[in-house]
Amino acid sequence: MKNRSLAITLSPWLYTLALFAIWEASVWIFSIPVFFLPPPSTIAVAIYDYWPAIYRNSLITLWATLVGFGLAVGFGLLLGLVIGWSRSIYAGLYPLMIGFNAIPKVAVVPILVLWFGIGFVPAVLTAFLISFFPIVVNVATGLATIEPELEDVLKALGASKLDIMRKVGIPRTLPYFFGSLKVAITLAFVGTVISESVASNNGIGNLMLQAQAQFQVPLIFAGLIALAVEGIVMYWLMAVLEKRMTGWAQRSGFAQN
Amino acid sequence: MTAFVTLEDVSHAYGGDTSAPAVEGLSISINEGEFAAVVGPSGCGKSTLMKLATGLQFPFKGKVRIAGEAVDKPLKIAGMAFQAPTLLPWRTTLENLLLPLEIVQPHRSEMRRKRHEFVARAENLLTSVGLRDQGGKFPWELSGGMQQRTSLCRALIHEPKLLMLDEPFGALDAFTREELWCVIRDLQAARKITVCLVTHDLREAVFLADRVFVMSARPGRIVVERKIDIPRPRDLDVTFTPAFQDIVHELRSHIVKTRR
Ligand SMILES: Nc1ncnc2c1ncn2[C@@H]1O[C@H](COP(=O)(O)OP(=O)(O)OP(=O)(O)O)[C@@H](O)[C@H]1O
Ligand SMILES: [Mg+2]
Repeated sequence: MKNRSLAITLSPWLYTLALFAIWEASVWIFSIPVFFLPPPSTIAVAIYDYWPAIYRNSLITLWATLVGFGLAVGFGLLLGLVIGWSRSIYAGLYPLMIGFNAIPKVAVVPILVLWFGIGFVPAVLTAFLISFFPIVVNVATGLATIEPELEDVLKALGASKLDIMRKVGIPRTLPYFFGSLKVAITLAFVGTVISESVASNNGIGNLMLQAQAQFQVPLIFAGLIALAVEGIVMYWLMAVLEKRMTGWAQRSGFAQN
Repeated sequence: MTAFVTLEDVSHAYGGDTSAPAVEGLSISINEGEFAAVVGPSGCGKSTLMKLATGLQFPFKGKVRIAGEAVDKPLKIAGMAFQAPTLLPWRTTLENLLLPLEIVQPHRSEMRRKRHEFVARAENLLTSVGLRDQGGKFPWELSGGMQQRTSLCRALIHEPKLLMLDEPFGALDAFTREELWCVIRDLQAARKITVCLVTHDLREAVFLADRVFVMSARPGRIVVERKIDIPRPRDLDVTFTPAFQDIVHELRSHIVKTRR
């Protein structure tokens, strides 16, 4: 039992190491040129050489992502509650939101630049626009799937709609909400980087674009690694938060071994 | 004896009055303090009857009255329990029991002040259904029968005048079911609440009820009303007497007839 749980804690590291090892080996075996696919060792050197730039731009990207994500959480929660509250608002807004979500966000960036100029603001807004949809949908779904029997029990006690929302709707929506945060945070990174690589002088997206222009392929990959690390850390934070807040909803043993 | 729950010539259709009605020309009258049981074939409208009586659904024809007053919004005095226990998984058993008190006035505004008293009341109730000291557990840590008992307690905690039970023992094994019959019997005797029990189990209906109503197939209405004059208090042994069996057989033949 103890060995088993140790194996589970170690396995992400082992798998990652294995991936890098295979990558490194393939590059050597097939003698792939560095400007096509640099091996992890070369990327590590690039990370070391350009550390100040990578560090500074990573923080900028992270910050824009977090602000956009924060906006998405607030706005998504609010809109989700409103949509879940009323059938008619749901019917009216849902098609609009689906249409909106279908628009590629990279196509929205020029408009944002037109309104707000290049830099931090369009990055935040792109992160926000891309990540709020899953939050809204999940919150609204949680509210819309209250068991009718439970609703009847409460109504027969004279509960108002607000009571039902507070006592049942919101608590039972929390697992959906926290689940959606994991999806939303990774999407927020995508949004920030899209905007940075089109319309910014800062951030990892911009760093990668410049590296590309100068043909510094290892640096492009260093940027990718930085993004991946940030994404994993934030995802992991959200997963911990989810577990903390909604332990009651995760009692199934299904995914636990 | 005054009529407490009355439905007069009630018709209801879920999809509005153009779709096929679930109940049609349904009339029933349950007296104050009476234990009524409703039996009938599946899909005949028993649950619909419950919803109509508690103001969760409104008929397109006919009148529903509770304590002499027309029902035009959900009742505030009813306790309900269903086949599924419908407990909230994020609350402990005890907190689940307190839920009605957080909603029904006057308890609601007294919640803060009288919390100790309410907790004591909930614990007493749990003890009375054999769940002593289980209040701290979450519903999913309880067995199906224990959850069902909790659900019954939740229906009773605010001391409702009217108790609506929709096949509350349907998912339980025979022994647990009989045990809970006795629990309900004693609670009703002690508090003189009006109870309306929907069930598929004819023995359950005859053992518990003062009167059994038999419904026709959809669209449902009451076709037979049978007074059960087995003296109270009734003991489980009574279910093995010939007189008891005769009543069960009689009701059974009525239901068989409605199914044809
Ligand atoms: N929410 C609903 N929407 C549409 N039709 C419904 C709804 N609930 C019930 N019905 C219909 O109304 C009829 C009566 O349903 P009801 O639930 O009252 O039956 P029942 O007697 O309780 O059946 P059972 O014994 O199986 O629980 C059924 O034929 C069902 O199809
Ligand atoms: Mg039913």
